[in-house]
Amino acid sequence: MGQKTALYNQHLEMGAKIVDFGGWDMPLNYGSQKQEHIDVRSSAGMFDVSHMTVVDVTGNDARDYLRHLLANDVARLTETGKALYTAMLNHDGGVVDDLIVYAMGTPGSTGEWYRLVVNCATREKDLRWMSEQSARFEVSLTERPELSMVAVQGPDAIAFFNRVATESQQQAIADLTVFRGAAVGGWFIARTGYTGEDGLEIMVPEREVERLWQQLADAGVKPCGLAARDTLRLEAGMNLYGSDMDEAVSPLAANMAWTIAWEPEDRQFVGRESLQKLRAQGNADKLVGLVLEGRGVLRAHQKVIVEGIGEGEITSGTFSPTLGHSIALARVPRATADSAEVDMRGKRVAVSITKPCFVRQGKKVFA
Amino acid sequence: MSNIPAELKYVSSHEWIRIEGDGVVTIGITDHAQDQLGDVVFVELPEQGTSFSASDDFGVVESVKAASDLYAPISGEVLETNEALEESPEIVNSDPYGDGWFVKMKVEDESELEGLLSAEGYNEVCEAED
Repeated sequence: MGQKTALYNQHLEMGAKIVDFGGWDMPLNYGSQKQEHIDVRSSAGMFDVSHMTVVDVTGNDARDYLRHLLANDVARLTETGKALYTAMLNHDGGVVDDLIVYAMGTPGSTGEWYRLVVNCATREKDLRWMSEQSARFEVSLTERPELSMVAVQGPDAIAFFNRVATESQQQAIADLTVFRGAAVGGWFIARTGYTGEDGLEIMVPEREVERLWQQLADAGVKPCGLAARDTLRLEAGMNLYGSDMDEAVSPLAANMAWTIAWEPEDRQFVGRESLQKLRAQGNADKLVGLVLEGRGVLRAHQKVIVEGIGEGEITSGTFSPTLGHSIALARVPRATADSAEVDMRGKRVAVSITKPCFVRQGKKVFA
Repeated sequence: MSNIPAELKYVSSHEWIRIEGDGVVTIGITDHAQDQLGDVVFVELPEQGTSFSASDDFGVVESVKAASDLYAPISGEVLETNEALEESPEIVNSDPYGDGWFVKMKVEDESELEGLLSAEGYNEVCEAED
């Protein structure tokens, strides 16, 4: 028996099939992952993501500490509520985890602090690493296990949430641009997500989450499980830690170069030196998209053969419910152009190479 | 609890077999199998007229989640395949014992039918897996 979120009983009542995920008993689906996927793309769905780890960083050195810890630069967070996607690297430039950091309080003032949301399966090693790296900083790291988190995602997600929101919550959302969050009472509501659709991620005290979930369900938002969450994020070309990158992979080889803040040059973040060497060599593998328009489904760990260049591997693969064929993310040699072959269960199948992003806002985005 | 109709025969690789008479059987995958697989997106079936020995590979079912090999539950020749699955593989999920059937086969040796599992025997296989 794993850990249970505050919504566990509601998941069972709603017919969830439960699986172990990083030590948590989480809903895999509530019947059909394909239907849940389509619901999110066409209207709205909700996910219990309370298993994710929330860590608040406070103290006089909060900002300096995070500028040391993270490959992206929290100095870019110039206003309260702004969010940043970033990698946390080890000294070799490998990815310890990917995370979102929100600026809380007033950045640049004495009241500034930050909220980090890291992966659940990496919780222990993340906390250990964050603590080790904090030695010469005056900071406190506080985990917030009493916060539940619900992601409401889809083109109608905000409209649905507004139906059950208080007036002050509605006001806060009206002013919320993409990739920002706002604290309202004891809640934190952010316009972020992991599906490639508009929507909200709502952190709410555990004792209030059952009511929120029920109200959203009554309003017509469909409960969705981890299986749909995975196909949605893969269509959106978003990485999954542990599949698409890990401690042995640099962000340069994981389509995360855009998250590295090289400027200012004197900011010595963890992993910078190793990463600079890798960048100078210029031959890191790259993460690309694969598209198979014919029959069959690309799966993780299948071998990718690039004629005359070398070999790579699929890191995530699935059937895309939106597109009606298979898509995958694969790490391949940098020189790979626009086609390759995949060894699918002993058969070589031709695939086309695309940017690692397939669907955004319900629409196909690759050529 | 998955649905295991008493009138069908089964093999432990999660196919069901309906004995139609005149040495003809209809084959599909069980409710338990479709539930484990989740949403089925492709079914690759053997060609009409091909012959198989029991437990030969004779196709693949792919769901969003995983690919799963199909094994011939019995020796014989494929008489007919369910063409509807080409366009609508989701029928395997919604009606695994009815419209979601896979193939009809002419059995080579009817004595093989005696080695198949009953509903009870198959239920034990499922329970042992859980």
